[in-house]
Amino acid sequence: MQFSLGPVQYFWPKPQMMQFYRDAADSNVDIVYLGETVCSKRRELKFDDYFTLAQMLRESGKQVCLSSMVLYEAPSELRELRKYVDNGEFLVEANDVGAISMLQERSLPFVAGAAINCYNQHTLRRLQSMGMTRWVMPVELSASWLDELLAQSIVADIRDCFTTEVLGFGHLPLAWSGRCFTARSENRSKDQCELCCINYPHGRQVKSQDGTDVFVINGIQTQSGYRYNLINQLGNMGTNVDIVRLSPQAEGTFDWLAKFQANINGQAPQPLGSTDSNGYWLNLAGMATG
Amino acid sequence: MELLCPAGSMPALKAAIEHGADAVYIGLKDDTNARHFAGLNFDEATLKDAARYVHQHGKKLHVAINTFAHPANFQRWQYAVDSAVQAGADVLILADIAVLAYAAERYPKVELHLSVQASATNAAAIDFYRQFGIKRVVLPRVLSMQQVRALARSCDINLEVFAFGSLCIMAEGRCYLSSYMTGQSPNTAGACSPAAFVEWQDNQGILESRLNGILIDRFAPDETAGYPTLCKGRFKVDDELYHALEEPTSLNTLDLLPQLHAEGICSLKIEGRQRSPAYVAQITKVWRAAIDAVLATPAQFAVKPQWQHTLSGLAEGSQTTLGAYHRKWK
Repeated sequence: MQFSLGPVQYFWPKPQMMQFYRDAADSNVDIVYLGETVCSKRRELKFDDYFTLAQMLRESGKQVCLSSMVLYEAPSELRELRKYVDNGEFLVEANDVGAISMLQERSLPFVAGAAINCYNQHTLRRLQSMGMTRWVMPVELSASWLDELLAQSIVADIRDCFTTEVLGFGHLPLAWSGRCFTARSENRSKDQCELCCINYPHGRQVKSQDGTDVFVINGIQTQSGYRYNLINQLGNMGTNVDIVRLSPQAEGTFDWLAKFQANINGQAPQPLGSTDSNGYWLNLAGMATG
Repeated sequence: MELLCPAGSMPALKAAIEHGADAVYIGLKDDTNARHFAGLNFDEATLKDAARYVHQHGKKLHVAINTFAHPANFQRWQYAVDSAVQAGADVLILADIAVLAYAAERYPKVELHLSVQASATNAAAIDFYRQFGIKRVVLPRVLSMQQVRALARSCDINLEVFAFGSLCIMAEGRCYLSSYMTGQSPNTAGACSPAAFVEWQDNQGILESRLNGILIDRFAPDETAGYPTLCKGRFKVDDELYHALEEPTSLNTLDLLPQLHAEGICSLKIEGRQRSPAYVAQITKVWRAAIDAVLATPAQFAVKPQWQHTLSGLAEGSQTTLGAYHRKWK
């Protein structure tokens, strides 16, 4: 089993990003994804900065992958996507089929990210034939869904042609909107957002009126209120999960990476906090804990 | 410009046709469509009746098969496609790559539309789906009018937009909020915030709505209590209590009709397969009159107050919005 760091979902100042990736380079993580995946207005790091970081991480022995955005709405955003596709050196994670279209046109391999709607063996097989070499399962699916899907002969026959990845730690990306909820929380419109996401390195917590953490708002993205944490499921994942992804949090990401790596076979389980969940993996509501 | 109306039953379908729909869209009685609600939708026999009735009136029938197929039951989605084609559907509205591929290969002559659930919000995504021979794209409700215009001018494919009804504020097909809270999402179960998980509780005169135990909203006696769709609840951010994601409101694009017409949008979709025949009748009547007016004299088009009055009366929370079409909403 390998471990990966997903792209940073939040809008962090450049020094914080640079420090995070220096720590990533020094860590035992196998794969690093990087790039802006949430909002095209976030430009603390530009494409060239990500590309330079990618080269630095590769030189530190990491496999590197550039992650593209989930929601493309404007032609200018597609021009930015084109830079990712044409980067010439690194594998690209497609999070919208628009990216797959461009990658397919160039006959380039790609990672199908969790926001690509691949729910069954026939879709998976098609994506593989288009160039997919790694599949990140949609976050709402379970271990049993994954097992059932991979057991179908149409994909079992080509199982050596792709790897599988599961998001196993962090606040889950659950939805993307035309609207910016962080700007809304400050009584601003998206056009006048003043890049206020930079003030919320963990996003903003949304609580129910009786105090349950329901969501985290992060710009146009809505995340799970609870932190997803599959650390105690690692030992049972078996061969259907090749890579477990940790989504960077503002604090403690590398401590958790070490805990995950120490518990690959279930030898060092960790107690879950009251705001951790693992429901999706166990075929329950996502916010549940089993 | 086509008026495409929803129907969850034969009476609703008849109401739509009688009041001026050019086409009606329906779904089957299972989880192959995104309005999988108890007591709603069509079985094999009523599907045939629907096709017959619509064709007798010279109109078109679209069948939505727009959830994502499950690994062990792919046959159910194939069967839905087969049944719709055999019943005489004019159009299939599809979202899953595998279902699109199946329909395109098995029935190359049947017209395929890309469902809003496929979440195609840009020209490159539309290009991706062209390999399945789609003739039309239903645009997600996250785009501004400016973005719709840019797509209309740069893509040589027919575009359909949502004109009225419940407002999804998230990019459709990629929203997992409902499964996060209940285990069932539009993608996997064909339902958002399913009724089976809804509880109402009177707490000393305050009405509380919950979804799978999570408090979505509290209503004082003088407030209208809305269905607890989870993105339309009142939540707290720091200490401020408000509709953190969206108010309970309906999309209404009547004001944009001349612009949508000018951009060559080929179809206006009315949301609401879960609505009553009376609702469908009233909405259809208003939109028929409005579309006829814009087609007759686009430059002189003016929204009639009585249309807005009728639509507001039928809207969620009696409120309407231009949603993402209007940049300031974002």
